[in-house]
Amino acid sequence: MGLEEFKDRNIGVQNYITVQDDNYPKTNGEVFKQIVKRSLKGELFTGLKITFNMMREALFKGKMHTVQYPAEKLSIGPRYRAVHKLLALLESGENRCIGCGLCEKICISNCIKMDTKIDENSRKEVLEYTINMGRCIFCGYCAEVCPELAIVHGGRYENASEQRAHFALKEDLLTPLDKLHLQKEYEGFGAVSPDADEKIQKTPLQY
Amino acid sequence: METSIIIETIIKAIVVLAVFSALAGFTTYIERKVLAYMQRRLGPSNVGPYGLLQLVADGIKLFTKEDFIPQNAARPVFMIAPIITAATAFIAMSAVPFFPEFELFGYVVRPIIADINVGVLFVLGVASVGLYGPLLAGMSSANKWSLLGGARTAIQLLSYEVVSGLALLAPLMLVGSLSLIDINNYQAGGFTSWLVWSQPLAFILFVIAGFAETNRTPFDLLEHEAEIVAGYATEYSGLRWGMFFIGEYANLFTVCFLVSLIFLGGFNDLWFIPGGLAIVLKVMFLIFFFLWTRASWPHIRPDQLMWLCWKILMPLAVINILITGFVMMF
Repeated sequence: MGLEEFKDRNIGVQNYITVQDDNYPKTNGEVFKQIVKRSLKGELFTGLKITFNMMREALFKGKMHTVQYPAEKLSIGPRYRAVHKLLALLESGENRCIGCGLCEKICISNCIKMDTKIDENSRKEVLEYTINMGRCIFCGYCAEVCPELAIVHGGRYENASEQRAHFALKEDLLTPLDKLHLQKEYEGFGAVSPDADEKIQKTPLQY
Repeated sequence: METSIIIETIIKAIVVLAVFSALAGFTTYIERKVLAYMQRRLGPSNVGPYGLLQLVADGIKLFTKEDFIPQNAARPVFMIAPIITAATAFIAMSAVPFFPEFELFGYVVRPIIADINVGVLFVLGVASVGLYGPLLAGMSSANKWSLLGGARTAIQLLSYEVVSGLALLAPLMLVGSLSLIDINNYQAGGFTSWLVWSQPLAFILFVIAGFAETNRTPFDLLEHEAEIVAGYATEYSGLRWGMFFIGEYANLFTVCFLVSLIFLGGFNDLWFIPGGLAIVLKVMFLIFFFLWTRASWPHIRPDQLMWLCWKILMPLAVINILITGFVMMF
């Protein structure tokens, strides 16, 4: 296919191929001939062969499609925007948030609320930090605007709960002290997923 | 003497009823597993080891469901229809010899409830009476989908019954008897004496008719859920629906036993395999074949079924009979 055909913007039916228009059987004899041909060609057995091979591959070659969900989970990409996390400083375990209030300001659905005060060292201290998950549209502006990489989007997508207020308080979002070594640095919005190499496939134009 | 025969028959009937009811349930499990593997899924796997107790869970669900009868339904007919399906499916089994004779505690057991000399005729006749179940269910449900399912039952019955009867005629001419035990003994000469080799066309025709008789996939018009919700069974729930189900699977076993007995050598010893095991293997393969086609083939329209049966299969069956007759004559 040449480049000119791609540049041609006159899209119409001129490139359509009418399938099976001319070889439709017309007389009863031709219908009968088609039936005989199809019966003796063993097309039905081709179908049987395909399903049998599917079963063989699924059973013996480990090509089962099923992911047994609560027991095993597919990895999600780092760009995924699920429930927020508040990251902590690795050394002290203190909250990274400096209470600048940028996320509260930029939030377009007005769901972030924070309480701050100036402590005895005249630094800003964050007392309370909540995200109203019923209002959040997961746009990601808060994570984008944060100068300290303190608020990021996490991978927690199982938000079934009795109340939507759960996960939304500071204690729920902040990395707990004992889990500090498990905290992963946020790779940023442009990051590729860890298994990106395996996911690469040919684009349709290549075949 | 008389009482011993009565007791023996009752015991046999109970055993057949129990075994095939259990097998019908187990076949649903096998069917779900095989279909799942063919679509690269796992199938039932959480309840019990390998999901085996899923059967029990489904059974409990069916038993405890409300037995629902629609307001405008013809009550007595609606209530009796599933019983017809289940009962005829098991009555048909009474003339089927399942295994060769064997000795139990010094007593020779013949695993057939009633050895009548018109076995094939009886089995086929009772099995087609069984289609009154879907027909009456469809007509009595006061539901359009059910009515359509009932109508499809009628055309299916009219279509395949001719083919299965005519297809069986040619092998019966060779054997000269309608008793299934005689047909089985006719093929006692080992692998090469199977009737499928001398009557391949009759075998194919009878298997096709068997698919139609058991409402399996290429011909599952009666309850095709993509077109008519659940067909004749739309208004049924709980135990009555379960009875339709058990009847259908019992029919499947009857047809598989019939095909093995008439065409595939029955329960004669095969090489080193004893006869009892041989027929089980044959029936297992046929059941697998029925499930296999369900995973592979699309189903056809009612008019295509009639067209296929009346215009293609019936002439072929008649030609087969003619050729068999001429070969036997000269």
